[in-house]
Amino acid sequence: MAKSSTIQVRSSVKKGVATIKCLVSHPMETGLRKDKKGNLIPAKFIQNLTCEHSGDTVLDAELNGSISTNPYLKFAFSGANDGDTIKISWVDNTGEKDSGEFEIPTRRR
Amino acid sequence: MNHHRRILLKSTLAASATGMAISAGLLTPKAVLAAWNTSAFESKTVDAALTGAFGSASTADSDKIKLSAPDVAENGASVTVTVKSSLPKTEAISILVKENAQPLTASFNLNPRTEGAITTNIKMGKSSDVIAVVKADGKLYTTKQQVKVTIGGCGG
Repeated sequence: MAKSSTIQVRSSVKKGVATIKCLVSHPMETGLRKDKKGNLIPAKFIQNLTCEHSGDTVLDAELNGSISTNPYLKFAFSGANDGDTIKISWVDNTGEKDSGEFEIPTRRR
Repeated sequence: MNHHRRILLKSTLAASATGMAISAGLLTPKAVLAAWNTSAFESKTVDAALTGAFGSASTADSDKIKLSAPDVAENGASVTVTVKSSLPKTEAISILVKENAQPLTASFNLNPRTEGAITTNIKMGKSSDVIAVVKADGKLYTTKQQVKVTIGGCGG
């Protein structure tokens, strides 16, 4: 399983519906802010974030710089089982990218 | 051959080294990332952003979309917003902040298996309407809520 240093995921499945909470470490700089000297801080923000599950792109997010620093996303999709793997990938406006595969843990009974 | 010479000439003539760095940094990924809707995200008004994203700015108010956001946000740098759509065939959810310099904050394209509910944290420069736009069965529906911000999230 490919690990990711920037993406953290908490997930669970209940009655076939997987709930994914995803936190990405990223500065999300808008490109509109200025530093103390009045120079614009160059933009650096995630533009695309996707989540794949068993061949489907269950979430295809296009983000702007106005998403908070260290973006948090929560979403849910059906047709999932305990132990399934999801893949989350992101690309920012400078071309930097990361992805990781995460197993939805088996629910404790 | 000639083409390359032209590019070389252009970049040599660029005003400053920083200018070059910025244009290189901005242009390269845009060419790679065709999926990011530049015109919609860089629009300065809600209507222009919607036209860029969905091809139309005509939306209908719907009570089947629930937008949950705090009435007063203590910190505009991170405002938790939840959009829930119970409309059938929800295809896409967008979140816009009317008073931000670039209103369109995020667009989520959903798979038929994906539930019409998204939670995320957004930045708000000042008090503003937060607008949720849902595309369902080819039509646009909207709802909005005002959020008061006590500290700006986009300082500078």
